[in-house]
Amino acid sequence: MNNIIEGKRVFMQGNIAAGEGAIAAGARFYAGYPITPSSEIAEHASINLPRVGGTYIQMEDEIGSIGAIIGASMAGVKAYTASSGPGISLMNENIGLACMVEAPCVLISVQRAGPSTGLATKPAQGDFFQARWGTHGDHSIIAVSPATVQECFDLTIKAFNFAERFRTPVFVLMDGIVGKMYETIDIPDIKEIKVENRKIATCSPEEFNPYNFGEDLIPPFAPYGGIRISKANGSGHGLDGYPDTNPENYDKLVRRLTDKIENRKKEICLYKIYGCEDAEILIIAYGCSARPGLAALELARKDGLKVGLLQLQTLWPFPEHLIKKFSENIKKIIVPELSLGQLKSEIERYIKEIPVIGVNKVAGLSITPQEIFEEIERGYN
Amino acid sequence: MKCDGKKFLKRELLPFFWCSGCGNGIVMGCIVRAMEESGFSRENTVAVTGIGCWGKADDYLTTHAFHGTHGRALAIATGIKLANPSLDVIALVGDGDGATIGGNHLIHAARRNIDITVIMSNNYNYGMTGGQYSGTTPFGAITSTSRYGHVEDEFNISELVKAAGAAYVAKGTVANPLQLQRFISKAFKKQNGFRFIEAMNICPTHYGRANKLGKAPEMIERLRKNSINIKLAKNMKQEELEGKIIVGEYVDKKVDGYIRRYKEIQKRAAL
Repeated sequence: MNNIIEGKRVFMQGNIAAGEGAIAAGARFYAGYPITPSSEIAEHASINLPRVGGTYIQMEDEIGSIGAIIGASMAGVKAYTASSGPGISLMNENIGLACMVEAPCVLISVQRAGPSTGLATKPAQGDFFQARWGTHGDHSIIAVSPATVQECFDLTIKAFNFAERFRTPVFVLMDGIVGKMYETIDIPDIKEIKVENRKIATCSPEEFNPYNFGEDLIPPFAPYGGIRISKANGSGHGLDGYPDTNPENYDKLVRRLTDKIENRKKEICLYKIYGCEDAEILIIAYGCSARPGLAALELARKDGLKVGLLQLQTLWPFPEHLIKKFSENIKKIIVPELSLGQLKSEIERYIKEIPVIGVNKVAGLSITPQEIFEEIERGYN
Repeated sequence: MKCDGKKFLKRELLPFFWCSGCGNGIVMGCIVRAMEESGFSRENTVAVTGIGCWGKADDYLTTHAFHGTHGRALAIATGIKLANPSLDVIALVGDGDGATIGGNHLIHAARRNIDITVIMSNNYNYGMTGGQYSGTTPFGAITSTSRYGHVEDEFNISELVKAAGAAYVAKGTVANPLQLQRFISKAFKKQNGFRFIEAMNICPTHYGRANKLGKAPEMIERLRKNSINIKLAKNMKQEELEGKIIVGEYVDKKVDGYIRRYKEIQKRAAL
């Protein structure tokens, strides 16, 4: 955990892999508050950021943590924090601030069993909607979710790239299983990693407006300290960042903040498919529940049952186009998740003709392949 | 050198949006003049505000600005300063932002000696939402949520920030702008550590009216009369200081400051 690793095959924890991914993506600022099961990400940042000229600060709470990363981002530094449900609950107001001022940043949420303090050391997937709708008001958000330690590394880099490309906060929605598990992963040479940086304003200082956007709806960025005077504003604002309460302007602003992400779902929605070519039964899962999903698929295939798995690596914006596409010749969808059906309910918004069956646990335990397999067998009986 | 601070003031937006008689304009004048006195530049300065009447202050500055969420200006300012330590970062907070909802950020920023300047405009109540009580509303005062007299005691926020470890703490009033400006300039020029200025202000619209304190000139006169310099106050009895505003420098000490210390950490950690 003490080394910044590259070009190596290593045995590593999921949380640490996410931290390595952040630094590989160019992150140089972390502000956070320790919470189980995410604390290794803070420890990793505290050790490794100062080694590469970056900064770690442990704030007084999660509200301060996200405030600090938003500030750092607007000063032009890639910034991230990590927490779990209770901490994300505290961050929620300022997640909306990050959306509104268009501060690229990454929030790693390692889900544990809620509500409230719940089971601090036990995994869950009950924060699927918290990531989407935790902050108030209409907005869009990006959330990716790893199911393996390798994906903790890879998707954290993707998360930073999305944050930079879209000037928006991005969740890496992990869970206590994936975050705490150890697996062997390949860390590529740093030069092989595709790292994106936010588009920088190039107009003259006189012409510059901090929220003047182009065709892609994303305003070019000017960091604090530059010759282009920049004003971030969490209140309704015009292109110049100054308050604007005009109804027409506000309607445009909120729609733009949503559309800049929702219009580009196809490039944001990452996924993996297994056995979908001839599948009759489709498992749709993400994070830790994709793992027993895949094991159940293997059990079923041994029995000659035609089962596929759609593993969602991007949860938000919701990939309904993928759900529809891979459900075309399916007679039953099984959705294993460590919640009482949050992902399932979102799938049901788009799938009306096929039964969508949940395999749900909120006991702080993983779903077993056998539990999913039983649901597969029921589909054939 | 005469410093009018005009280059830092967005004059095309004047008059200020604040109520007639509000002292925020006086504090604003002190700030822009102090910026010029201290050799600040528009490009290198970031003003961070929270929410409330004083949260509108950044609109009138020609510097970089961040208008954030209620109580969180210091957290945002901390991130900005640490990400780019060469910037002059100032946070403009009210007594709601600074002493109440954001009180925890304030004491921790002071304890860490984050190298920023905070200017708190203290008008004893939440002006923007209609004059409710805040963490600095005195015992017995009438506000729109303490109609029978306020049940709680107030913070002496300058003492609190001093106790938390800040490098520089001073309290001035809008009745003495020259002194207030001097404190702000000194804070701006001091490069290291956490600097905190408490600007005792008036709110004629809400607090003044509710407590029958008269119009703005009367309120300012009362501020002036009630102010006692901290050096004189040291030799006065507690009962003589009852209801007085102790103005002056509460602390002015040399500290490393967070940035300088963290640079040492970076050296120790370097690969």
